[in-house]
Amino acid sequence: MSWLTLFAQVQIHHRASDCESNNGFCPDWIIKNFGDRYVDPFFRHLELVLISVLVGFVIAFALGIVAHRRRWLVGPVIGLTGVLYTIPSVAAFLLLVPITGFGLLTAVIALSSYTLLIIFRNVVAGLAAAPAEARDAALGMGLTDNQVLWRVEVPLALPEIFAGVRIATTTTVGLAALAFFANAGGLGGLIFGDLVFKSNVVVAGGLCIVMAFVLDGLLLFAQRLSTPWVRAARA
Amino acid sequence: MGPGGTGMILAAFDFGDAIDFIVNGRESVTGGVRIGGSELLPQLWRHLELTGAAVGIACAVALPLALWLGHLRKGQFAVASIANVGRAVPSLALIGFAVAYIGLGFPNALLALTLLAIPPIFVNAYVGIAQVEPDIVDAARGQGMTEPEIVRKVELPLAVPLVFGGVRTSVVNVIATATIAPLIGVVTLGDAIVSPQVYGDAGQLGAAICVAALAITAEVTLALIQMLVTPKGLKVSSPRRRGFPFMSMRRVEVS
Amino acid sequence: MRNIAAALAALIAAAGLAACGSSSSSDTSSSKPTSSASSGSTGQVIQSNPANKKVTVTIGSKNFTEEFILGNIYAQALKAAGYNVKTQLNLGSEQIALKALKSGQIDAYPEYTGTALTSFFKVKTTSIPTDPAKAYDQAKADFAQQGLTALPPTPFTDSNAVAVTQATAKKLGIKNISDLKSKASTITLAGTPECRQRQDCLLGLQQVYGLKFKSFTPVDPSLRHEVLQKGQADASIVFTTDGQIKANKEVLLNDDKNIFPPYNITMVVNDKVLQKAGPDFAKTIALVQKGMTTPVLQELNSRVDLDKQKPAAVATEYLKESGYTK
Repeated sequence: MSWLTLFAQVQIHHRASDCESNNGFCPDWIIKNFGDRYVDPFFRHLELVLISVLVGFVIAFALGIVAHRRRWLVGPVIGLTGVLYTIPSVAAFLLLVPITGFGLLTAVIALSSYTLLIIFRNVVAGLAAAPAEARDAALGMGLTDNQVLWRVEVPLALPEIFAGVRIATTTTVGLAALAFFANAGGLGGLIFGDLVFKSNVVVAGGLCIVMAFVLDGLLLFAQRLSTPWVRAARA
Repeated sequence: MGPGGTGMILAAFDFGDAIDFIVNGRESVTGGVRIGGSELLPQLWRHLELTGAAVGIACAVALPLALWLGHLRKGQFAVASIANVGRAVPSLALIGFAVAYIGLGFPNALLALTLLAIPPIFVNAYVGIAQVEPDIVDAARGQGMTEPEIVRKVELPLAVPLVFGGVRTSVVNVIATATIAPLIGVVTLGDAIVSPQVYGDAGQLGAAICVAALAITAEVTLALIQMLVTPKGLKVSSPRRRGFPFMSMRRVEVS
Repeated sequence: MRNIAAALAALIAAAGLAACGSSSSSDTSSSKPTSSASSGSTGQVIQSNPANKKVTVTIGSKNFTEEFILGNIYAQALKAAGYNVKTQLNLGSEQIALKALKSGQIDAYPEYTGTALTSFFKVKTTSIPTDPAKAYDQAKADFAQQGLTALPPTPFTDSNAVAVTQATAKKLGIKNISDLKSKASTITLAGTPECRQRQDCLLGLQQVYGLKFKSFTPVDPSLRHEVLQKGQADASIVFTTDGQIKANKEVLLNDDKNIFPPYNITMVVNDKVLQKAGPDFAKTIALVQKGMTTPVLQELNSRVDLDKQKPAAVATEYLKESGYTK
């Protein structure tokens, strides 16, 4: 070590070859730094997922209701949302940034468009699968078309719709990691921040998995709550 | 947004330039090498190689297991877990993980992508088999069919739409993720997306268009194959069973 | 003989004092080294000017370690000078950063002279001046045409370099890149995917040095040192300010034919904002840049990449240890 480094303004630290500098899996480091580094991005990621799925659901559900009555719409909507779905997410963010800038808006637009295909498809399939007998019975009782829709067909379609929302949610958890391309934060920024550091990749990726499981479980619970007749049938 | 904003949109979507990049090729932005045009062909081939191999191996590994477990209707929680994990792991974390623990180059990229391809195939095949009406299975048993015969002749044909749906989902996922394979040593169509300085805006957009086109082509091709393979009896019912493009990409709920 | 020994002992004692103490100007003056090539000048503390409080500046940076550190250093320095500072330190590629700068989303960000010339001003990599000062002048002139001012550059340059492990260097007996001429066919090289197509990278090695490597492995830039550590490549393209060079005891081969252009950092500022901000802006930037030599940048990068510290904290440490802030 030269005299220069001793006298230089910035002190050169002596580095032992420890777990962090070797980019290994370091439980101690994880525990020490977890609250500081991973908690905020986790909640930011959660925010992104929830908003995107909600927006996607509202749009897809509305489209599904409309397409249920006008079957010719199903093909084109599937085609359009399918194309959106197939665009690699990386490219999607790159394309959107020049128009909508950085931040939450861009990320939500890209992420919710991925959910459209999944949810729309399930809404349509669920509504179509309502048994004809149920519909006939309701019409026989004197219900209007609208009432039949909201009181019979939609409730019967709930399991399928919920299934679509669950799939969309867990998929969005994975895709939201790319939201950092749009400066929207989230766990993706952490992963990319240090792709080589094993501890980092495992923790950030693991948090995504945990989030997916928790959200999926909550939605499943909501599904069971909202469709008590399914359980009764099983019993 | 104003005139400046509109200009920005038009500039951002210079499709003409991007198409020119794809069709004709040009000199790189930094100079000295040709990009685009016929230079894309080796990248396309690589992309197809990776995707085909990954999905092929994933089918070979996942399908037998899924058919067997689905027939026994066992292991539901494991299947649900695999489904969730498969969807929630960001593809880039998978690449990072692969790099950290597995390695670089074609074999290792193939391993990572195979892992990515397995969950949709496995889960869809499992549910496809498992949700065949128990009455039908019992009837087949009553007729004296052996268990493997039941799977082959009764459950599998009924599960074709879902099984295919899983394969199609996997193919699209792998095509999308293989885009960043240049970062772990395999040069695919994503080269332009990870090398913006060399390829420029037109190159990046052009590559994005190529990958999207590839995914859509694969999806439609598989849909056609599905339609050919679906047993005649099933073809009469909903578009979902008939295998319209994108329609049967449903990854299934396991509740 | 005894005099020399005494002098040496005094120097050692003084070194010990300097290493233990903080490096505010008063301390180092008592143990000033004889070497006048000392990289940093004695730190001058940044004075806060209340007139700057009404000026708001948004500092941006691209999204890798060195840019994070520099963005934070400049932002914190300007804050110490009394400006109202906002930050946007995660801009992505240089194209995105330039767009943000031109659209007013940010007011300034640190850019590399070489990157500006190739990415923004379409200069072919073979045409970039090898002299850092000339490269800066050219970039400055080009930026000026876009209403942007490129402030004077940093002393350090963060260029490409070919790195090998110590073992490989010894085994092959190489010191310069041109020494690889006869040996390249046994060597695998790793670099970024775009390295394959750049004349300031693989193309230059092939065309100017005449090297035919056994194979080239494209990897994500974050892996440039891992591949050497894990033996996945014999040589790797690294950056001259990487902390891992020292930590892993890598050997950088000398670029005797000068294919790697200079990449000094210059703070690129919106003209109007610079005018509004007054002379303190450029003065502060110039001040904190004085200490930015290559060894110092390697140390700062090490603190983030190896010690896993946060860039903002490392920036604060740099300013304190160099004596620019208290």
